[in-house]
Amino acid sequence: MTTRFIGKPLKRKEDPRLIQGISHYVDDLNLAGMHYAAFLRSPYAHANIRSVDLTKARHASGVVLALSGADIDGAVQPVPCAAQIPDMKSGARPVLARDRVLFVGEAVAVVVATDRYAARDALDLIEVDYEPLTPIVNPEKAIAKGAAPLHPGQKDNIAYKWELEGGDLKAAFKSADKVIKQRIVNQRLIPVPIEPRGVLADYQPGEGQLTVWSATQIPHLLRTQIASMLNFPETLVHVVAPEVGGGFGSKLNVYPEEALVAYLAIQLGKPVKWTESRRENFQCTIHGRDQIDDIEVAIKKDGTILGLRCHVIADLGAYYQLLTPLIPTLTGLMMTGCYKIPAARMEITGVFTNKMSTDAYRGAGRPEATYLIERALDLVAAELKKDPIEVRRKNFPQPKDFPYATPTGLIYDSGDYLKSLDLAIKVADYKKLRQEQAKLRKAGRYMGIGVSTYVEICGMGPSSAMPAGGWESATVRVEPTGRVSVMTGSSPHGQGQETTFAQMGADILGIDPSQVQVIHGDTSIVPYGIGTFGSRATAVGGTAVYKSLHKVKEKLARIAAHVLGSDPERMVFADGTISAKESPKKSVPFGQAVSAAYVAKTLPAEMEPGLEATTFFEPSNFTYPFGTHICVVEIDAETGDVKLVRYVAVDDCGNVINPLLVEGQVQGGIVQSVGQALLEEAVYDEQGQLITGELMDYALPRATDMCWIETERTVTPTPVNPMGVKGVGEAGTIGATPALAGAVADALAPFGVRHVDMPFKREKIWQLMRKNGRRVQ
Amino acid sequence: MSVEIQLRVNGKEHQSAVEPRLLLVHYLRDVLGLTGTHIGCETSICGACTILLDGKAVKSCTLLAVQASGAEITTIEGLAGNSHKAAGNGIGNGTGAGNGALHAVQEGFWEKHGLQCGFCTPGMILAAVDLLQRNKNPNEGEIRGALSGNLCRCTGYQHIIEAVQYAAKKMSARKR
Repeated sequence: MTTRFIGKPLKRKEDPRLIQGISHYVDDLNLAGMHYAAFLRSPYAHANIRSVDLTKARHASGVVLALSGADIDGAVQPVPCAAQIPDMKSGARPVLARDRVLFVGEAVAVVVATDRYAARDALDLIEVDYEPLTPIVNPEKAIAKGAAPLHPGQKDNIAYKWELEGGDLKAAFKSADKVIKQRIVNQRLIPVPIEPRGVLADYQPGEGQLTVWSATQIPHLLRTQIASMLNFPETLVHVVAPEVGGGFGSKLNVYPEEALVAYLAIQLGKPVKWTESRRENFQCTIHGRDQIDDIEVAIKKDGTILGLRCHVIADLGAYYQLLTPLIPTLTGLMMTGCYKIPAARMEITGVFTNKMSTDAYRGAGRPEATYLIERALDLVAAELKKDPIEVRRKNFPQPKDFPYATPTGLIYDSGDYLKSLDLAIKVADYKKLRQEQAKLRKAGRYMGIGVSTYVEICGMGPSSAMPAGGWESATVRVEPTGRVSVMTGSSPHGQGQETTFAQMGADILGIDPSQVQVIHGDTSIVPYGIGTFGSRATAVGGTAVYKSLHKVKEKLARIAAHVLGSDPERMVFADGTISAKESPKKSVPFGQAVSAAYVAKTLPAEMEPGLEATTFFEPSNFTYPFGTHICVVEIDAETGDVKLVRYVAVDDCGNVINPLLVEGQVQGGIVQSVGQALLEEAVYDEQGQLITGELMDYALPRATDMCWIETERTVTPTPVNPMGVKGVGEAGTIGATPALAGAVADALAPFGVRHVDMPFKREKIWQLMRKNGRRVQ
Repeated sequence: MSVEIQLRVNGKEHQSAVEPRLLLVHYLRDVLGLTGTHIGCETSICGACTILLDGKAVKSCTLLAVQASGAEITTIEGLAGNSHKAAGNGIGNGTGAGNGALHAVQEGFWEKHGLQCGFCTPGMILAAVDLLQRNKNPNEGEIRGALSGNLCRCTGYQHIIEAVQYAAKKMSARKR
């Protein structure tokens, strides 16, 4: 196969419709006779519901239906949770609260009206009698002795305990020269895709067909879950993920509104649409992170790390969403990072609090792991007065150590950590940066340099290690006209697989990418699939496409060879023709071979007509991208302002199909990390009110918050899939936060600071530089 | 109660009776069917709803339709010369001819991978058009500043900046 398109920075096929505003997200879809739903949400974090009076709302102008939790009792099952952890307590989220509310924003009633303004108006006419209860917001208080359990019938607020240990931890700590301890807080974040969620449902009573359009990353799983939640035949549920405006994990879920809007459409026999407001998106779409990590690192004087122990308090919020309990366990698996640490132990306490659920937010448990181990490495360096790079070098596994087995039970597929570190050092001119820093310090200026060498787990993943299926599907059909349809179970929402999969199709079949149409997100067209998350679309979804493409190619080769009187093994696909290797003049136009498969008059004996192949690809392992990020900040001693000065990122995601798109993923991921490090924090007050409940209060990175990101790549292919691709969707977010945190701690080193918890807001930094109001140092 | 409004959107006259409280963005999306203008926050922070009102970038989620009466509006659908929903909007596509081409800023976003999910893109493009009308050759800092009222969660902004630089270059080359 000649690669004319794979590896090239092709412009995206998706873009023309998006840059002209003529594509359709859920809220852009309108059906005849469509009604609008609006939800009344709890203003209390914790309360009993004494009564819900819908009388006035039901009589309001334009209102056709108003329902409370009692009205749908038994008709719509709670939100599903796919994660199973031994002895995990129940924490199912009802689609509408009935007897009690457990977080601000929990839906209490729903109104359907003929237009969206009328639906919202009617919410004000609903009278709910709440009996407020004491909310539990702080996870440590939630598990303290005597704390009242949120969920009736449970003895405390511990949702589960999970532990993982590998290697001889006792020996590691016994033989240590030093043990370093630190509490590291990974604050709660809010994913904030710019498109909020939305659902449109249409029910055709004659056909019995239910169609649900949802801003989702997992159309097929959603279809199955809607069928289960409504006890509706799955065969008659059709789910479409149209254009989806970003997800970052927040749309990798099943939400009450998805089942309820479908239920309302069935009840009314009318299409019903609900569009999430930004405030709702903050209050009741999943949050991310929220861990308190207490770490202990056993080290030798020379910087060798012998063992790592970590206790995690994971704030799960009030209920389980699809994967809530599972996310912190990923932190456990990846806790030793890209280092040869012989022994490790993690204990996780999952805790219920009166907040929105946490779940998979870009990186999902792995940014937390990278953050704690990278902070640990920096603390070791500070303790031993060594350069952070030296400590990292000391503990890297070497390329010959791969596949490398971690004490947490993983097998890292391939890696060359030193290579990426060396390249980053070179690009950043690290030595010079250190000299500059020393010079500036003398002048009373506080520059900091942070280094993060990360490895992450993605390409999710083998089914044995996933809650419900880690494979992915793809059907390739060469249509009679010679156009190629690629139906993928992946569900891209910005990642660009319409382009990358077309590049693959073009190279494998020797045609132009414009001839290849990638279709996704429609459960009636695409074979059952898993979806887009965990940086899996290329490594797993792409491999399924790759295999299906090769299956149709093989069949075309047999057809062409039959026509040419040649050997199928010797067929070459290029420039729209299929030719014999030995004599290129002996060729069949691609379209003619395709046509033969459908006309079916000249096929080889016993060959079935048609030209379609389906693959369900099951990967044998995860993939493990890695890299090195170096960040330079300067802190303004007068204001505490942290200014990004330079950012160098060297990432290795294996082979690359489209470097332009990889670049976009890396940059976007890094900026999401900058958000966590410098700006973002979901803040609940003591009453459980979400103080950062709008974009006015929750600061997302803006164009002005960033410096230029300098990117480079090394290429270490994975042996896990035939294309050698690893995945890149989350690498930036996983690798960047520790570099930023390291830089800030480094800048503050003259003030005796070794660790600061994120976000690095001005006041916090300003205080650290002062004692009794006066600048120290 | 409804109020008569009259406005020109993407070169086409519209006369409508609207509720006084109807937001301009809902008028554009629900009444005129111009769904390329997106709603991301309803509080003027994210900029997904940015349109050009009398040539200037404004956020249509916190304007009432009645406030826009008498105005000339360009939405993303009206930016390219051959838009199926608009023509002759006075903004032009930077080519000086209604020849059906993409606006130079749209082209830049495509060339430089200035978008991923595409949801912020229409607002981002119109904010960039506004900038390039005021400043033919903005530097990186000026571009960042001009786009700081538009949030993108996917791209990290860098490719957007390159897209705007591409457009600036292209537009000045055309004018020469």
